[in-house]
Amino acid sequence: MKALMQWVDARFPVGNVVREHITEYYAPKNFNFWYFFGSLATLVLMLQIVTGILLAMNYKPDAELAFASVEYIMRDVWGGWFVRYMHSTGASMFFVVIYLHMFRALLYGSYRNPRELIWIIGMVIYMAMMVTAFLGYLLPWGQMSYWGAQVIVNLFETLPIIGGPLSEWIRGDYVISDITLNRFYALHYLVPFILAGLVFLHLVALHKAGSNNPDGIEIKKGPKGNRWSESAPKDGIPFHPYYTVKDLLGAVVFMAIFLAIVFFMPEMFGFFIEKPNFEPANPLKTPEHIAPVWYFTPYYAILRAIPSFAGTQVWGVLAMFISIALFFVLPWLDRSPVRSVRYKGPTTRLALGLFVVTFLVLGWLGIQAPTTNLTIMSQFFTLLYMLFFLLFPCFSSAGQPLPLFAKGLLAISVLSVLATIVYWWFLWSGGPSFTHKISYTVLSVLVLFMLGIKPLIMPEPAKPLPERLTQ
Amino acid sequence: MKYRLLLLIIGFLAPASVPAAGGYDIRLDHYDYGIKDRISLQNGARLFVNYCLSCHSAHFMRYNRMAEDLGIPEQVVRENMIFDDRKIADPMTTTLAKEDGEAWFGIAPPDLTLIGKLRDPDWLYTFLRSFYKDDSTVSGWNNSVFPNVAMPHVMWTKQGIQKPVYTTSVDDAGYETRKITGFELVREGTLTQEEFDHAMEDLTNFLYYMAEPSRADRIRWGVWTMFFLLIFAVLTWFLKREYWRDVH
Amino acid sequence: MTDEDVEMTQENVSSKRRLLTIATAGFGLAGATGLAVPFAGSLLPSERAKAAGAPVEVDISKLEPGQQVTVEWRGKPVWIIQRTPEVLEQLPGMVDRLIDPDSNSNQQPEYAQNPTRSIREDILVLVGICTHLGCSPQYHPEIGSVTFDDDWRGGFLCVCHGSKFDLAGRVYAGVPAPTNLEVPPHRYLDDGRILIGSDQGAA
Repeated sequence: MKALMQWVDARFPVGNVVREHITEYYAPKNFNFWYFFGSLATLVLMLQIVTGILLAMNYKPDAELAFASVEYIMRDVWGGWFVRYMHSTGASMFFVVIYLHMFRALLYGSYRNPRELIWIIGMVIYMAMMVTAFLGYLLPWGQMSYWGAQVIVNLFETLPIIGGPLSEWIRGDYVISDITLNRFYALHYLVPFILAGLVFLHLVALHKAGSNNPDGIEIKKGPKGNRWSESAPKDGIPFHPYYTVKDLLGAVVFMAIFLAIVFFMPEMFGFFIEKPNFEPANPLKTPEHIAPVWYFTPYYAILRAIPSFAGTQVWGVLAMFISIALFFVLPWLDRSPVRSVRYKGPTTRLALGLFVVTFLVLGWLGIQAPTTNLTIMSQFFTLLYMLFFLLFPCFSSAGQPLPLFAKGLLAISVLSVLATIVYWWFLWSGGPSFTHKISYTVLSVLVLFMLGIKPLIMPEPAKPLPERLTQ
Repeated sequence: MKYRLLLLIIGFLAPASVPAAGGYDIRLDHYDYGIKDRISLQNGARLFVNYCLSCHSAHFMRYNRMAEDLGIPEQVVRENMIFDDRKIADPMTTTLAKEDGEAWFGIAPPDLTLIGKLRDPDWLYTFLRSFYKDDSTVSGWNNSVFPNVAMPHVMWTKQGIQKPVYTTSVDDAGYETRKITGFELVREGTLTQEEFDHAMEDLTNFLYYMAEPSRADRIRWGVWTMFFLLIFAVLTWFLKREYWRDVH
Repeated sequence: MTDEDVEMTQENVSSKRRLLTIATAGFGLAGATGLAVPFAGSLLPSERAKAAGAPVEVDISKLEPGQQVTVEWRGKPVWIIQRTPEVLEQLPGMVDRLIDPDSNSNQQPEYAQNPTRSIREDILVLVGICTHLGCSPQYHPEIGSVTFDDDWRGGFLCVCHGSKFDLAGRVYAGVPAPTNLEVPPHRYLDDGRILIGSDQGAA
């Protein structure tokens, strides 16, 4: 056995890899609850790939057969319902886990120097997930699958000049059809493997820089020497066995929640599997109310919030893409001398709290049928969403002078708030009631002041960082 | 503090009630569905094959699956529930051709396998009991839950004939609206109202079962899995605590 | 604390760890197996496959002597052949040229383990799949010298690899196929109807 290991090791560095990345990878010892979600995301990805391949063995990517083949899996295939519910629940749980994972990065500044690439690769993973989820949602060929895809692909149609040909190129047809289903299936099978490759890159980058931690201080720069190694950081512990057993506990608890959904509420009250999807796609009849699956609804709300202007709806589409793109530049928007929210000022905490509320409210708004009152609400929260990023350099400045680009972003923020208010009061004919307009106007100005102006006139210096990790 | 105030204001601005996804504002009658009640399911299955299956199909449901899940002997299914030369393992398709359905009702009767998922059981239960005579429609029947439904009242001999009772109300803007708020029986059926309601409960139960025959299995597997994972979680918790004594 | 005490505690700690690790690994293995069972099980023949594999009823009342009909059962060809009295007469004379003339290998239900390998003497029911590599042999009822045999007594030839079988589906010696052709479970509903895929005596 030992000889075999040596034989392999001389030709392939198994031992090195295991030591470097598992048994002698020193991670900060103070990981908390928020640090479970990275390993859980990997777990869900693996489950999705396994269940996906099993489903593919019985699924038929054909407009005539797709819906029936899903019911065939649910009824005629032994254990098929389990595999299918694992996959449909897994899609939603993947997003739950990733949203929490991303929030962890926001909390502790895990996107900051030297971890910008980890964050950017992570954002690419997130986008690949969205693409996969969107492609996969068409496959059951139910009413919601069909009309959801119809609406999303039509987004591209709003782009000037290239819009029409582009959306036809995506569909391969003038409407969503058998042809579209066939190619979506092929791509839905492909993208997860690219995703797995990106996850590998994400980990390579992570292990180069080392893990961040809730204190946001570098353990590598702290004192050396622990009970496992003379040269390792004092505040580091070997990933194995300490974090493997901890992550195992996390995985078991997570699987309990995951499987409770699979076994007891696989449709999750219409959030994971929507009711209209129990009816086969009918290109001649739109369901009474269509909404994307919950993980897309914040962006869908942003899309719907922006009114058409100058004869085109492209602005909503742009706003939606910008709202995702803003995440990419986050590492350069954060100007704070410290990483973790623990040592940042109260305004950062307020901003993070507001952003969470904004994301959730937008998510809720994206599910609702639009009314005037809900539209102004969506507009207000879309504005809030954008202000969070645009004003990030301001509320994280901690008394340092603003660089030019940050001043520019502040100016854009002021202009956006003004433009929105002008739109509400003067350009929106048949708009919401006075009470709504005045409330949202006051709130918008208040947020602009709290996040943008107040940190500049009343600077909030960062709290002093400790030498060592606090437990 | 300011943060809380902000939340409070947002809370006030959010509309208190949201229109339901379905979009209808008809009050549905509630019933307690019992998919574990085999007698009820068997009766529902009997009603389904006798009344629904002549026009509607249940494409994804096999006779033998129903027989097994509902505890009906295959012999009984063969002799009393299959009316042509279909085999016991065949799906429950209808003999009505799609074209005929379109010609007779204007729209082909939809497949009912998944109706118990597409619609709430309460909706189905109320729908089945809400047919009334209406001479203005093609079929001569109408339904207060599904206005202008193409389907005639198939079980009118059982329920009897109903006439709607309207209530007129005036809203804030002064518009009058007339709504059906109840029914009056103008001709007795072969069943009393209570018997008919029970029969429709059974039929709804069956439709609900048929939409997901593995529901019972799913819940049974689930209980065992949860039990297993609970012990597993306790065990890993101890393991983690044991190892982490090195760190603390 | 003496050195001995430290050692004692360490030993306790490590034995507790070992126990917990083994227990957890056991549970993990059980959990993984539990997950793998429905995953692997989803590849078993489905209800649709089972429904398609249901017994097949065949009307043989119009079968002529020497005629072969082929029906599909579980996706495989099943031959039903009415043998003439002449064929039946010469079956015992084939014994020398066969590997398993008495049908000792388990290629037929018990009720067909007899010299004619059938329930009714004249009616032969066979799964038409060569026991070598799964091609479907051809029916050659002619007697005499044929291209592939100088002294052919009627039977089946598998063109893929040249295996030969007699008119009871018994395999010739010296050909690639190792065993006789399979007789599927079957029973007679009455004189004119046969049910393939259901054993004699089964309800």
